[in-house]
Amino acid sequence: MDEMNQIRIQKEPFDIAAVQEEMRTANPAIGAVVAFLGQMRDINEGDQINTMTLEHYPGMTEKALQAIVDEADQRWDLMGIRVIHRVGELKPLDPIVLVAVASAHRGEAFQACEFVIDYLKTRAPFWKKEQTPDGERWVDARHGDSEAEERWS
Amino acid sequence: MIKVLFFARLREQLDTEMLEFEAGPELPDIAAIIKLLKQRGDNWIEVLGDEQMVLVALNQEMTDASAAVNDGDEVAFFPPVTGG
Repeated sequence: MDEMNQIRIQKEPFDIAAVQEEMRTANPAIGAVVAFLGQMRDINEGDQINTMTLEHYPGMTEKALQAIVDEADQRWDLMGIRVIHRVGELKPLDPIVLVAVASAHRGEAFQACEFVIDYLKTRAPFWKKEQTPDGERWVDARHGDSEAEERWS
Repeated sequence: MIKVLFFARLREQLDTEMLEFEAGPELPDIAAIIKLLKQRGDNWIEVLGDEQMVLVALNQEMTDASAAVNDGDEVAFFPPVTGG
């Protein structure tokens, strides 16, 4: 199933509908496609956010995401996984990350999609820096993200 | 050589993106590298001493200070990740 899985790190926006269409039409045995889209908010911790800059660790990012995708493939019977994550400068409403999973039935697709985004949040080397009217600041890791990951172990 | 990289908040706090060290018996593991880095000044002691806020990778995989290092290895220090 490896050829059904794709990981992309890119500065450019992505077309959510095109990815879903490509996934759902890849194989007539697919009965469900579940997609999670994370997008940029204009507020965080009560402050207005004008723009955000996403940094990553080229090389390790791809390896970490591949390991997460491989583990999802082992845990569930899937028919394709896509992970697209943007880096660089983003503004409110910009899509940040897309995780899409195809399978024969919805149960496995829902679970695998949630698993991949939960693991991405705590294991993939991305860092967000926010630009607010009062200056810029690095975003702190959230405790809730670690708890979300621990549910799967 | 052992390449040491810094990312995000750590890179800014230490004002350093990359350092290279000669591999050898005096640098057996990541703990030894951390000890050497802390000799660079108070700022380094403070930033690298906050262990909750410092993660380490060896050859692009998460590890800890006890990991052995060899010539050609890539070590990276960075804060907890905030992607997604």
